[in-house]
Amino acid sequence: MSRALSPSATRRWTSGLGGVLAPRLFQAGLVAWMVGTLTFVLTRALPGDMAYRIAAGRYGDDMVNTHAAEAVRAELALDQPALNAYFGWLWDLMNFDLGRSLVSGEPVMRELGHQLGHSLGLALAAVLLSLLIGPPLGLAAGLRPKGALDRISEVVASVLRALPPFAVGLVLVLVFSVTLGWLPAAGHGRTAHTILPALTLALALAAVSSRVARNAMADVAQAPYYAFSRTKGLGERLSFLRHGLRNAAVPVVAYLGVQLVYLIEGVVVVETLFAWPGIGHALVHAIVARDVPMIQGTALVMGLLFVVLNTLVDLVCHLLDPRRRTA
Amino acid sequence: MTTLTAHVTRAWPIPALSGRQALGALLLGLLLAFAWGVPWLYDADPARQQLTRILQSPALAEPLGTDHLGRSLLARLAAAIRLSFGMALLSVITAALPGILLGVIAGWRGGWLDRVLSGIADACLALPGLLLVLLLAAIAPGNFWALYVGIALVLWIEYFRVVRARTRALAASPQLEASRLLGFGLGYLFRRHLWPELAPQVLTLAAFGAASAILAMAALGFVSVGLRPPTAELGLMMIELLPYYHEAPWAMAQPILVLFVLVLSLNLLAGKDPR
Repeated sequence: MSRALSPSATRRWTSGLGGVLAPRLFQAGLVAWMVGTLTFVLTRALPGDMAYRIAAGRYGDDMVNTHAAEAVRAELALDQPALNAYFGWLWDLMNFDLGRSLVSGEPVMRELGHQLGHSLGLALAAVLLSLLIGPPLGLAAGLRPKGALDRISEVVASVLRALPPFAVGLVLVLVFSVTLGWLPAAGHGRTAHTILPALTLALALAAVSSRVARNAMADVAQAPYYAFSRTKGLGERLSFLRHGLRNAAVPVVAYLGVQLVYLIEGVVVVETLFAWPGIGHALVHAIVARDVPMIQGTALVMGLLFVVLNTLVDLVCHLLDPRRRTA
Repeated sequence: MTTLTAHVTRAWPIPALSGRQALGALLLGLLLAFAWGVPWLYDADPARQQLTRILQSPALAEPLGTDHLGRSLLARLAAAIRLSFGMALLSVITAALPGILLGVIAGWRGGWLDRVLSGIADACLALPGLLLVLLLAAIAPGNFWALYVGIALVLWIEYFRVVRARTRALAASPQLEASRLLGFGLGYLFRRHLWPELAPQVLTLAAFGAASAILAMAALGFVSVGLRPPTAELGLMMIELLPYYHEAPWAMAQPILVLFVLVLSLNLLAGKDPR
């Protein structure tokens, strides 16, 4: 939905690796502050006595009494003046003290450790799968613009882009699990469980990256240096490998940064749909259950994951394109 | 200098629609006619339950069948489109106005004001959009306005960035300098020089923005942190009808199809991706 901090926004410090890393570090701090502030507002802004509401969520509606509510109030510092509590809240965040989940009672950090592994596995599988589908298809289409492959892949890409990830996932479940019975619809543990959620995310990512690769390849194929490589006698294969691939790779990788937004957003929805025990699933459950420390922890990890992945994309661009290093 | 009157730019240039844009406009027009036509032509309440007539196949009395509570799917779909499109329109307008205004100011003035505004825009982009909307939705669960504020907060940045970049380039252009030297006011300069250049891009962004607003709302409804039942909302309808897929696959397919056509029409209307 939104765009990543584009490389041009961070061009001010361009020289060297520090120039790549410094703005991202700043962004990470910003993410932590925003998540902390929003979740703090969350504990304050709800109607009714928050202590009772959280206690009701934790012990069940029938078990709430003043004693339970007071315990919650002390734990979340709901009795202190707002400004005091706010700085205390941020201080805890800075010390990576995320508190305990209000539902399970486990430390948030430990729960996040479990979930992060699952989410990263899913995201990695999705990105790899999308890289296997998207760019090769796009490069092939870009070598012959207006060819049959180009047109078909354009139509498929427009259809996939108009379908949100949960609808794609739903259709895949209905086709492969319910109707054909080939793959499990939801769950976790075996490789077969990974296929549908990863494919759901990958299809949407590939729909965009195939078009980006196609446009990049079409541009490269029309560039003078590409024509020259053909004129000087290199075969189609060699000119593609020596002159086409790397030049076309730069926009594809740079665009991965924009797609990360989509990946993070998709993880929330797709994990919920497939009951995948990852961060996104946990975030949605925490919101439904009013588990404030878990909301803060999961949102924080997802935001930081977004920053880390963006940094990786920046670094790969930096390595791929020597023009950026000297600019 | 002899053809001074030859090029009169309209203040609201309506670009000639390409083939795919015309298709998008047609699809969108049909959907909106359906959404606003149904309550006129067909007496149905999207919330009226008829528990003796659940999951009925499409028939003459119920052209699109009924859902698991016997509610008319025709009425519910129409209401859902009105809700989604209305929300998208509202958030696009409230995102575009400050986005354009601040973009022009930042691009025109430059200096510290530009840096402050750009800093705020970057801060809003630090979190992925849906995450921000999710957190706001958590503050006020099931509240339409929380969703709307979150979505508008994410959308305005795109207008701001595009408009700021174009304005910066235009502010230094010879034609603007000439106009300024002739003593025209800022309002005139905006109408005559800036808006005609900005309008096509802003309209493209608006179409994409509407599509992503609709998708975000449906996604939140789907994971049940968005609007609450019994609201007729596309994502919510999908998740409600999912358990009845075996008995009523057509009912399940309807909200998916509607969401698909709605987003596709907006994407087609937007034309070329500005990115």
